[in-house]
Amino acid sequence: MADAATLWISGSLAEKIRAHGAETYPHECCGALLGRDSSAVLESDRGDGTLIPAREILQLFPLVNRRDDSPRNRFSVTAEDVLAAEKAAREQGLEVVGWYHSHPDHPARPSEYDRDHAWPWYSYIIVSVQNGTPQDMTSWRLNDDRAEFSPEGIEIRHRAAVSATGFSTTEK
Amino acid sequence: MPVKVMIPSPLRPYAGKRDSAEFSARTVGEALGHLTTEFAELRKHLFTEDGKLRSFVNVYVNDEDIRYLAKENTPTKDGDTISIIPSIAGGVYLASPSRSPVGQR
Ligand SMILES: [Zn+2]
Repeated sequence: MADAATLWISGSLAEKIRAHGAETYPHECCGALLGRDSSAVLESDRGDGTLIPAREILQLFPLVNRRDDSPRNRFSVTAEDVLAAEKAAREQGLEVVGWYHSHPDHPARPSEYDRDHAWPWYSYIIVSVQNGTPQDMTSWRLNDDRAEFSPEGIEIRHRAAVSATGFSTTEK
Repeated sequence: MPVKVMIPSPLRPYAGKRDSAEFSARTVGEALGHLTTEFAELRKHLFTEDGKLRSFVNVYVNDEDIRYLAKENTPTKDGDTISIIPSIAGGVYLASPSRSPVGQR
């Protein structure tokens, strides 16, 4: 799984992630990515002729970085935060499909520490913030063997119609 | 009535896409043992190579964190629900004081 994955996100949500990284600089920002994974989207989009995204981000759930001790090079999201993000997602017929965080003054590549602490399946978006200005944004998925991350393409899309109409057809 | 183990979405691809599984177990450790025996692919995402529960894996028995109970020896009884709840952590490279661009310490 997770081969040649693509993540769809709107330009405005991508901009919000960058802005969050700039706002918390020089500390790391973090938050949840709420959206839909392919199985649900396949159902709801069937027959209307649009392309089917592999995974789509439809909303963000910004979080407070819990690492008071080293917020410049670490972020942490507690189990309670995760439950809150999952609840927010469920209320809108979405699910938590990944997480974003910033790398202040470091490239947008996952660190060893990121890999050590990563879950499979989730998309991990990283935005590099250099001197307070957001730069590259990348997305990654942990490989099944936990040995490394694979890059995931980010497609900037304007698909407001899907987020507005898709909810009613999402199961549960 | 057995113990129910709730499987979080990132682990479902390794558990036949299921969101829960039921086992007879007297402790949390026993239930997780059954889970990772039935779904062997799950093991490396839950446990370190020396068999310890990974630090970002949180396990609750009916809303109580097993860290504050008896950890993996926490007893379970029929009808209990064990939830595996992720916590998320990450960050940039380990800060080396001499080369850290933020220059603290
Ligand atoms: Zn990182």
